[in-house]
Amino acid sequence: MEEKVLDTINENIEEVTEEESKVKYYPPKKRMKGGDLIFNICNGIFMLLFCVITLYPVVNTLAISFNDGVDAMRGGVHIIPRMFTTENYEIVLALKGISRGAIISVLRTVIGTLLALAANALLAFIVSQRKFVFRSQLSLFWVITMYVNGGMIPVMILYKNLHLTNSFWVYVIPGMVSGFNMLVMRTYMEGLPYELQEAAQIDGAGYMRIFLNVISPLCKPIYATVALFVAVGQWNSWFDTMLYNRMSDQYTTLQYELMKMLSAVTSLKGNASAATTGQSVNITPISVRAAATIITMAPIVALYPFLQRYFVTGLTIGGVKE
Amino acid sequence: MSSEKSSEKKKEFAITKKELIKQKVLIIWTVVFVIYGFIFYYLPLVGWLMAFQNYKNKTGFFHSKWVGLTKFKFLFSDATFIRVIRNTFCMGTLNLIFTTVMAIVFAILLNEIRNSGIKKPIQTISYLPHFLSWIIVTGILNDALSSTGIVNELLKNFGLVKDTVPFFSIPALFWPIVTFAHLWKETGWNAIIYLSAITSIDPSLYEAASIDGAGRWDKIKHITLPGIKSTIIVLLIMNMGNLLNAGFEVQYLLGNGLVKSVSDTIDIYVLTWGISQNDYSLGTAAGIFKSVVSIVIILLANNTAKKFGEERLF
Repeated sequence: MEEKVLDTINENIEEVTEEESKVKYYPPKKRMKGGDLIFNICNGIFMLLFCVITLYPVVNTLAISFNDGVDAMRGGVHIIPRMFTTENYEIVLALKGISRGAIISVLRTVIGTLLALAANALLAFIVSQRKFVFRSQLSLFWVITMYVNGGMIPVMILYKNLHLTNSFWVYVIPGMVSGFNMLVMRTYMEGLPYELQEAAQIDGAGYMRIFLNVISPLCKPIYATVALFVAVGQWNSWFDTMLYNRMSDQYTTLQYELMKMLSAVTSLKGNASAATTGQSVNITPISVRAAATIITMAPIVALYPFLQRYFVTGLTIGGVKE
Repeated sequence: MSSEKSSEKKKEFAITKKELIKQKVLIIWTVVFVIYGFIFYYLPLVGWLMAFQNYKNKTGFFHSKWVGLTKFKFLFSDATFIRVIRNTFCMGTLNLIFTTVMAIVFAILLNEIRNSGIKKPIQTISYLPHFLSWIIVTGILNDALSSTGIVNELLKNFGLVKDTVPFFSIPALFWPIVTFAHLWKETGWNAIIYLSAITSIDPSLYEAASIDGAGRWDKIKHITLPGIKSTIIVLLIMNMGNLLNAGFEVQYLLGNGLVKSVSDTIDIYVLTWGISQNDYSLGTAAGIFKSVVSIVIILLANNTAKKFGEERLF
């Protein structure tokens, strides 16, 4: 049996090599080879440039963050620190805003992701139940929210009235359920074999039991995907802090604190008048800013290469038209 | 009509007495989700009525004076608002065109790399910027384009300019900078979906083509591109709805007094009027304009696709 398989494989290989050799001596193909070589070289150069442009700014920031502050201001630090020091990180970590902001950022990422995961999964499960009476209505209700939104001002007034402004909860409650995440999860759940659920139902399991014990264990990959999307969004978001929690220092996030640090420089550069009149603006040294930037990006940059599989599946499912 | 439908439904669920009791828990959760959705997604739409009042914080929604279309009239006679629409629309279009083209080009070229030992690392690197916040990206851009930054250094070393270019003070450069920022951040990420579309193309097509003596370019032109056409169209339609949402954070973070005339977008206008000037009604009116135009654009794009017999969203 095995031999037979091996034989056929060998035959196939022979066939392929024969074919290739035939093609190889076919004159037009030879000309193509030259074209292919040029193509490959150009492609290689393109990819190299692409990677350099993508990586350089990040590596440069890293180098500056480990470089002596006064020395870095002279410019010319590229990919290796000229005068190595860890002082910048010590300065940044000692800043009250940064360390407190980091705690809030971690909290909003963890709590926000868990809440969003639970809510979206449950909603997706309900909408994926083919026997459910209000299935299509509930689905439409959420799909509409993907395309129509009230806009900044009405939303802000709503949050104010709900006492969500100047509070931690504005980070995790309003965005908890999203039409897109629900759809991605629903698509995945609908792809699971229905017999599993039927078998559980025959055994007398109720809907919640099925959700928790039958469907959820099978949905781990898609749960990971959505958790990743939500977590990245939570960690990187800053605009909600600026709109709703600007006044309360105890709830500002790491990103917001970083923005305050960086924008002091931008506004100075833009306002030429401010610079010439010698207004004293409190500017953080470039090396300290670099250190703060690195600290803010580090958690995600360290994690995302290991999670690639998840966001690739998630995007592919999400791209399927509704 | 609707009663007929519901009776049909009843028939369909004729056994439902028992089934309904079983579905009790689902119905309870449905109520919870509808209440939640109503509060956070539909109630703000009710807030659109504010655009027709002279909303004051003191009097609130119920006691503010109704002023009809006054706010909209002011809006469309305001030269700033017209300029802001132009900026939003132009930057959105530039971003859409360039990010789409670049993502497709990148996906195709990456797919042409056969060695997965090279392909994988490139792909991983290409995702990196997507995971950085706009705060970080604009901060990096600020450094790179500053007078001592790498771009000015290179330009000078190659003798292309004599004096440093003050990138952020030249209005003509602002849109290209914003477009570049989007390209840098999202090319690798946007390419994911095109790459997976490319991998689902039947490989036998490529084999047949190479037997016929087709080169790399021919295969890309005649197999790969037609193969991902429907994906491109669906994504284009989807992203068109976001045309007016495109990049509000970037403009807010990179804009400054010198380039205000080209950097301000509708959202920044809303923010300035609504939040700094406390004219909530005007801010809401501008927001309504944006939402309505977005929906119109997406419907138009969808219908155009339908007319040409292409894949569409709904």
